[in-house]
Amino acid sequence: MSKNKFVKTIAILVLGSALFASCKPKNSSDATVGDAEKAYVAPGKYDEFYNFVSGGFSGQLSVYGLPSGRLFRVIPVFSVDPEKGWGYSEETKPMLNTSHGFVPWDDLHHTEMSQTNGEVDGRWVFGNANNTPRIARIDLKTFKTAEIIELPNSGGNHSSPFITENTEYVVAGTRFSVPGDYSNGDVAINTYKENFKGHISFVKVGKEGEMDLAFQIVTPGVNFDLSHAGKGKSHGWFFFSCYNTEQANTLLEVNASQKDKDFIMAVNWKKAEEYIKAGKGIKQKARYAHNTWDEKTHSAKSEIKTDVLVLDAAALKDICYMIPCPKSPHGCDVDPTGEYIVGSGKLAALIPVFSFDKLMGAIKDKKFDGNYGGINVVKYEAALHGEVQKPGLGPLHTEFDGKGNAYTTFFVSSEVVKWDIKSLKVLDRVATYYSVGHLCIPGGDSKKPFGKYLVAYNKITKDRYLPTGPELAQSAQIFDISGDKMKLVLDFPTIGEPHYAQAAPADLIRNNGQLKFYKIGDNNHPFVAKGEKEAKVVRQGNQVHVYMTSIRSHFAPDNIEGIKMGDEVYFHVTNLEQDWDVPHGFAVKGADNGELLIMPGETATLKWKPNRVGIFPMYCTDFCSALHQEMQGYVRVSPAGSSVPLTWSVGTNLPKTK
Amino acid sequence: MKSSKISMVSKVMLLVVAILFVGSLFVPMWQIELEAPQYPEGLVLKLHANKIGGDVEIINGLNHYIGMATLHTENFFEFTALPYIFGGFAVISLLLIFVAKRKAVLAFFIFYILFVVLAAIDFYRWNYEYGHNLDPNAAIKVPGMAYQPPLIGYKQLLNFGAYSIPDIGGWFLTACGLLLFFIVFKEYNLFTKKKI
Repeated sequence: MSKNKFVKTIAILVLGSALFASCKPKNSSDATVGDAEKAYVAPGKYDEFYNFVSGGFSGQLSVYGLPSGRLFRVIPVFSVDPEKGWGYSEETKPMLNTSHGFVPWDDLHHTEMSQTNGEVDGRWVFGNANNTPRIARIDLKTFKTAEIIELPNSGGNHSSPFITENTEYVVAGTRFSVPGDYSNGDVAINTYKENFKGHISFVKVGKEGEMDLAFQIVTPGVNFDLSHAGKGKSHGWFFFSCYNTEQANTLLEVNASQKDKDFIMAVNWKKAEEYIKAGKGIKQKARYAHNTWDEKTHSAKSEIKTDVLVLDAAALKDICYMIPCPKSPHGCDVDPTGEYIVGSGKLAALIPVFSFDKLMGAIKDKKFDGNYGGINVVKYEAALHGEVQKPGLGPLHTEFDGKGNAYTTFFVSSEVVKWDIKSLKVLDRVATYYSVGHLCIPGGDSKKPFGKYLVAYNKITKDRYLPTGPELAQSAQIFDISGDKMKLVLDFPTIGEPHYAQAAPADLIRNNGQLKFYKIGDNNHPFVAKGEKEAKVVRQGNQVHVYMTSIRSHFAPDNIEGIKMGDEVYFHVTNLEQDWDVPHGFAVKGADNGELLIMPGETATLKWKPNRVGIFPMYCTDFCSALHQEMQGYVRVSPAGSSVPLTWSVGTNLPKTK
Repeated sequence: MKSSKISMVSKVMLLVVAILFVGSLFVPMWQIELEAPQYPEGLVLKLHANKIGGDVEIINGLNHYIGMATLHTENFFEFTALPYIFGGFAVISLLLIFVAKRKAVLAFFIFYILFVVLAAIDFYRWNYEYGHNLDPNAAIKVPGMAYQPPLIGYKQLLNFGAYSIPDIGGWFLTACGLLLFFIVFKEYNLFTKKKI
């Protein structure tokens, strides 16, 4: 190689790489500088909004403040939480009971706050269990799971827990169509078309929030994905997106992506109510758990229900209608006026927007395009308001700001796009980091959105935070949407995997009569000790019940003898404190379950089966006072058949030493 | 010449005094406010004529660290006596309207002042008693430290700031004293004499 050629080659290489470097797009961290001061909430100051974020595969619900992104609390719902004793204390175990027995984990995908007149009212927040189908109701005075109802005939309750505008119903659907519990389930999987059915559930919500499965509607086997209730003019209707109308039972990735259009199913639930009243519901055998928490006994009870009323969508023609929707629709969102229904085909390159008025006209004039499994299919154009053209790739979910704008997330193109609902014109787009799933605007799916902030819940985190090995926290991002352009304000990490979330003005919840502690006088726990004088230990055969009290900074009793191998010991610990923010904890060495975390005025029970002879320490786990480290005691375990008498004491030594 | 009978204005004022004495039975007389870093919302003891109110249980709970005796209404004879005393004062004030002698008013005024002084001594004595009579087995012992709240005003007691001030009833009783003082001054023409 000549010198000249060598120099030329080097020059080309250098020039070429310079050119390449200059052409390469800037990476994301250069592209955005957050408007971080907007997220600043000074120490001791409160956030503007509460944000109730689903925990996804954590099974829990987390509570954040907006705009600071600060985490306030993780409320245990569908998964055990040894930290709080949830699913470990005897009182909470029935909350996780199902027809399958005690289920310690689930996947909470969506949250929905209760509404009155279509506006968020701050009473409760609902959550769905995606694996073993259930709906939970969380009380927002106590931030505690108050009720859980299981759903029969279902697999994968995904299109849930969306509600009607006065919280008349909370709904559930089945992502996996399955043979109904009332039919023979022992069938070949490839008989899907014949034997697998969809069931959507309408759970009635009472004045005190109590849930009751009012009826189910049976449909052809498809995958129900998401849903939202009509509101205002469309109150009385519910809309469910469904995919896999191909009815595939294997390799859905390919086999359920064949058709150009799947459906949004419109359900006239007022009509369904009429049919139920008229006795058209067929009572089917089922087994499902209904679990309720009693604040007076500080205990849950679980009841197994044995039947459900089922309406047949194919037989009763005017309950359900199928609206064709392009490419496996996912999000199914209704604008604040109730007129526009946005379907998001996750494989589509456009967003169809349906008009409720046109849908009603089409149904009236029977503008049908055949039927699907006996359910009338409305002509696409007859229900269509219009399509948002070239919005992005992979639309998933849409929320609204109450100013005529919609905001849709795009998983594939990793962005949030703002568009005008009426004109369907794209107004603005902003990148998310990375691959956004759900989004939340406070009140964003209600009649009255508070269009100040938008939170994007991203599926991929990558380089947004300091690396923590292969597993990373999932990332949420807050955008300021008060102006014409969306502006990134803050990133914050989340627990589990956030899917849908809800947010509401802080005052609405802060001033709803928040409970600070339980009144000891109202405590009706069967094993309560309302003062140290009531502390005692009672043996019933091989069961030993310890009526224990805790107050800063001692247990009564704190010395217990006469426990024998083979005994089952129940520590019923009552926290005697009557002041805010003075919980006590309880733990005993070798316990094969969690701790107890007992709020003031509450009683909680830890079951303990000692597995060896000896002295077992117990102590308070929550730093309760300056003498917290002194809050401890001992249990003596003797061999089976030992003659050591059952004694208990605090402050004095029993049995008396000679 | 001025008769020894008191004026109509003074009689009306005596009626007001009687009403204030009765009123003081229904509202707290004195309050001791406590503030600490952990209690940004504050804790308060409300001393009524017939009971101790406010956050008594919480304060009792906290005081066990320093070995202070717990506060219970039934341990103070004052809460039994005071309603009768104030009731009695109200009756006397009413009677004075009919007696209408300035000497009688003066006598009652002096008696009332003596009562206030005695009450203050009694209050101080209890404060001293509770602040000093500490359980020797208490968890927190600070050599030389006593926890006597101030008779009136502010004092720092370990992590707590104690602020002892009259409550509504206390102001009623103060008003009673001032009104009686005013009647006496007026009836003995002390205002006009000064001017000469």
